[in-house]
Amino acid sequence: MSDAVVTLADGAGGKASRRLVEELFLPELRNPMLEPLGDAALVSVNGTRLAFTTDSYVVRPLRFPGGDIGELAVNGTVNDLAVSGATPLALTAGFVIEEGFPIEELRAIAASMARAAHDALVSVAAGDTKVVERGAADGLYVTTAGIGLLDPRVELDAKRVQPGDRVLVSGGIAEHGIAVMFARGNLELELDVVSDTAPLHELAGALCALGPELRWMRDPTRGGLATTLNELSAGAGATVVLQEEAIPVREDVRAACEILGIDPLYVANEGKLVAVVAAEAADRALALLRAFPLGAGAALIGEVRADDLPLVLVDTPFGGSRIVDMLVGDPLPRIC
Amino acid sequence: MKYVDEYRDGRAAKAIAAELSTLVVPGSHVKLMEVCGGHTHAIYRHGLDALLPPEVELVHGPGCPVCVIPMGRVDDAISLAERPEVTLASFGDMLRVPGGRRRSLLEAKARGADVRIVYSPLDALALAVAEPEREVVFFGVGFETTAPAIALTLLHARREHVPNFSVFCNHVLIGPALRAILDSPETDIDGFVGPGHVSTVIGTRPYDFVCSEYHRPVVVAGFEPTDILQAVAMLLRQLRDGRAAVENEYGRVVRSEGNPAALAVLDEVFTVRDEFEWRGLGSIPHSGLRIADAFAYWDAERRFEVPGTRIEDPKACRCGDVLRGLAKPYECTVFGTACTPEQPLGTCMVSSEGACAAYYAYGRHRPHEKVHA
Repeated sequence: MSDAVVTLADGAGGKASRRLVEELFLPELRNPMLEPLGDAALVSVNGTRLAFTTDSYVVRPLRFPGGDIGELAVNGTVNDLAVSGATPLALTAGFVIEEGFPIEELRAIAASMARAAHDALVSVAAGDTKVVERGAADGLYVTTAGIGLLDPRVELDAKRVQPGDRVLVSGGIAEHGIAVMFARGNLELELDVVSDTAPLHELAGALCALGPELRWMRDPTRGGLATTLNELSAGAGATVVLQEEAIPVREDVRAACEILGIDPLYVANEGKLVAVVAAEAADRALALLRAFPLGAGAALIGEVRADDLPLVLVDTPFGGSRIVDMLVGDPLPRIC
Repeated sequence: MKYVDEYRDGRAAKAIAAELSTLVVPGSHVKLMEVCGGHTHAIYRHGLDALLPPEVELVHGPGCPVCVIPMGRVDDAISLAERPEVTLASFGDMLRVPGGRRRSLLEAKARGADVRIVYSPLDALALAVAEPEREVVFFGVGFETTAPAIALTLLHARREHVPNFSVFCNHVLIGPALRAILDSPETDIDGFVGPGHVSTVIGTRPYDFVCSEYHRPVVVAGFEPTDILQAVAMLLRQLRDGRAAVENEYGRVVRSEGNPAALAVLDEVFTVRDEFEWRGLGSIPHSGLRIADAFAYWDAERRFEVPGTRIEDPKACRCGDVLRGLAKPYECTVFGTACTPEQPLGTCMVSSEGACAAYYAYGRHRPHEKVHA
């Protein structure tokens, strides 16, 4: 790596981020709990199986339509636990605050964390605050960590995914990323899209009733559905084939993506889960999700096929197909 | 989505496709070039090549603004960005384009250069007004499609006397690039799917020479699946009837005279360079724009010492052949190995609209049996 430096692409959740983790952090920190590189580490304490995870939040602006950094920090960690098949138990929160940050704004963010924790049935059990000099941070960064109790009925692993399994998503994609992009205010376009930030513990918990027929779950955050499904495909050693017309995207989100030249498959979600279930359980899974308002827009979007090439493909309405690759960095708007 | 979904209708597309096979002589070979990178992107994204009869081959042209910028100009932009007083503003997709030694603006930014993504050159001008202590340089890239917005921005800058703004102009012209391809002795292209967006500005008349001098038909097309298929049908009809004319499939947006207001500002703000170097195609006479003397104050090439770096295209890569329709991306030996979207070697792998990048991103799983001799 010689004189290389970190670029923003390394933090975008795509190939560059993955390389940073696999080629730098993993070799230094390697251990059996870290090795699978899941959303949460699975640990066993005196016979009790727990999920353990952490995530940092550096969103700008701190408040955006549909949420703020506090709510995001709680939901994000709750969701990493939930899609690992765990019931969230408790969180910790660390705050890096820039000198000069308004106390009232901090109070409002703490209050919104409290509401989110209440909704997700978890407590913020410990915390830490650090204040840095003006300019050393952009307002506020929040890091949360969480533990959860693993549901004994399921064992979620991409390696358990089999050809013929079905892929579901719990609702319309790309809403968080688009809401935040527009909230930055430099597009001179108006849009009524709000972030989908929400806790997924109920949806994920409901799917766990499928037992071994539930193979794998993730929340497609940074890097979007495309990145998450590429991780699935690589982990399962199988091809994931999506039906383009089946992927739910709100009309206005699709229009916004169209204007920006961005594919909604790569845009972040903060309140959606994607699951792989056995083919015969697909309809039941859909019904389980649709029983909740949060899962009302759930849809079957594709299936897993055996193939030499672990790829994600989309069948287009024109009889062709295309690869949905992992991006290198952030999706960038095109020139023309 | 209104005005989009109608043009992405699978059944309508298949109906046009069914007609295509009636327009070709079975067993013949028709080679059509889609000039614009936006078309290349759309063809692969929607998998449209699956709908074409085996007699029709689409090859990809030079109309990708990011791809045709030579590495030396990227290095020049990086050297501008590295000046301590300069804020370099750029469209997003120029940031990852590697210059010499594979360094990009994104990496220069990580090392401390002040590089910012803007969605419009007017945003860059606003940045200059908001931060008067900074020298804001806009990295102007693109065909006649984006050039009018830069021209308008320079008119604003002059009217509002913004002293700390300038443009590093790399704008290019589509007509001379087409001529260069047609003049290449190996060219065997039967007709052109003409670019859509650039034609909203220049109209359809600038393509007349393709028909009158080179006897090839041109059909200007929109970017949706049915647009592209319809344009192919119109080209095949002309070829069947032995005609070579400029036709307009994109009538809902493109007029034959173009956009006179946009053309007028281009004329006022820019002059044509004697020659400009293109990545993959080499130096092409009268193919680039420079900022006119009346606007010299806002010309970054005159305000700063720009090194004028020249870097030869990498020998291993066949981008020049791909851009002239002589080779398919997968026929290049470094495609997908030494040259990938993460570590692009050649121009066509750089932007998502480049032929190699589009093929790598969307189509590398397909068998290559549709290769024509």
